[in-house]
Amino acid sequence: MHAWAGWVLMALVSSAWAQPEPARQHQLVRMVRQDCGSCHGMRLTGGLGPALTREALAGKPTEGLAATIFYGRPGTPMPPWRALLTEDEAAWIAQRLAHGFPQEETR
Amino acid sequence: MKRRDALGALTVLGALPALAALGGCASTPAVGTGDLGLVIQRARGAVSIVDTTQRRALGEVAGLGDLSHAAAVFGRDGLHAYVFGRDGGLTQVNLVERRIVARVMQAGNSIGGAISADGTLVAAQNYTPGGVKVFDARTLALVADLPAASRVVGLVDLPGRRFAYSLFDRDAICIADLSDPGRPQVTTLEGIGRQPYDGLVTPDGRHYIAGLFGEDGLALVDTWAERPQARRILAGYGRGEAPLPVYKMPHLRGWAVAGRHAYLPAIGRHEVLVVDTASWEEVGRIAVAGQPVFVIARPDGRQVWVNFAVPDYNRVQVIDTPSRQVVQTLSPGKAVLHMEFTPRGEAVWISARDDNRVRVVDTQRFATLADLPVDAPSGIFFTSRAHRTGF
Repeated sequence: MHAWAGWVLMALVSSAWAQPEPARQHQLVRMVRQDCGSCHGMRLTGGLGPALTREALAGKPTEGLAATIFYGRPGTPMPPWRALLTEDEAAWIAQRLAHGFPQEETR
Repeated sequence: MKRRDALGALTVLGALPALAALGGCASTPAVGTGDLGLVIQRARGAVSIVDTTQRRALGEVAGLGDLSHAAAVFGRDGLHAYVFGRDGGLTQVNLVERRIVARVMQAGNSIGGAISADGTLVAAQNYTPGGVKVFDARTLALVADLPAASRVVGLVDLPGRRFAYSLFDRDAICIADLSDPGRPQVTTLEGIGRQPYDGLVTPDGRHYIAGLFGEDGLALVDTWAERPQARRILAGYGRGEAPLPVYKMPHLRGWAVAGRHAYLPAIGRHEVLVVDTASWEEVGRIAVAGQPVFVIARPDGRQVWVNFAVPDYNRVQVIDTPSRQVVQTLSPGKAVLHMEFTPRGEAVWISARDDNRVRVVDTQRFATLADLPVDAPSGIFFTSRAHRTGF
């Protein structure tokens, strides 16, 4: 609850980008857990890619994270995801990662 | 101590299924394991135990931790599976009794393992801390620790209690000889090419191939050579073209050697590369529907099946090897993560993660033979792997 309140506050402060619709948010959460998870781990504890837990990302600016998601990181296996995501969606994922990424809703 | 003794006793019983059955219940018939396999339920930390003749799940074993990049190998009795979890858990599972025999947390972050040709040593490849740990297959007691100062990928078994593996961060291939497990001998080949991401061993156990992420090409080692060396093959297969994004790394394990040709996934290209294993020259390339992840030969080598990285992972393609043509494109479900052939390949089992289903497909007619409900299935592993090098 607390994290959620903080998230709303931040969204109000820095809403330069549009939030994805709830149904798309659901897809993005699944995508991060399942597809990004093939390198970063389903629990985001890392693998071939680094850990993406809140602790691991502490102190890293979310703009940089968003840019890494969207443009990739040349010379590493991190691909650009811009064919599958909008820039706003990358920013949304970066924000959520920085605050501890949500679990997938169980069916 | 007592618990350890009890575990030891159970292990001994577990190694003798007929005796265990007699001891447990006189009316229980002895059960063979050639029909058995397991399917990883990646989200639940469990494995389904399946029967490939009945084409159904017999039950499940839970409590295996984070299985989001899990793999399994089998003891050659075909009774025990060793499951390697992402969280470093290594679990020995008795397939007939469907229970955990032993379990150790052997690293912080792990991606798979291998079992020695004689079935006595189980090796795990780890990212954190980077290296290989080798365990007694009977007890899971640590036998050897081979730190590597790198994330380890592409671990395979070689003949003669040896293992080969690659070091992603050090551009190296290692051959570890554990014929005397107390004194492991590791030979490191440096400068094999940039960022090896996975490896395979040919069915004869002779050639080890590491795929390279950091450049167009693969590294090849002839392990029969007196002084094994790595040489580059298929260098420059991208012909200087800008690579496509690789949303998931290909997997080379579960080799695709069909007859005299190896079928290998290109990196950053929607192609399967065909290599002559006599000359190691490229003899062709086949355009496919996406970034290949698994390129696996049917056991007889007549077909090669290919699945793909997101977003093309709802399809599977079948290459006919004599003509080197894609002859079939199937849609077996959403988010296909793995394929496993029955021992002689008349059927293939395909995991469709987002449909929570494993589909069994006839490889001759491509008809669906069965659909099994399984929660978020990923890797599928049958006991026939126990008797194949590199599985």
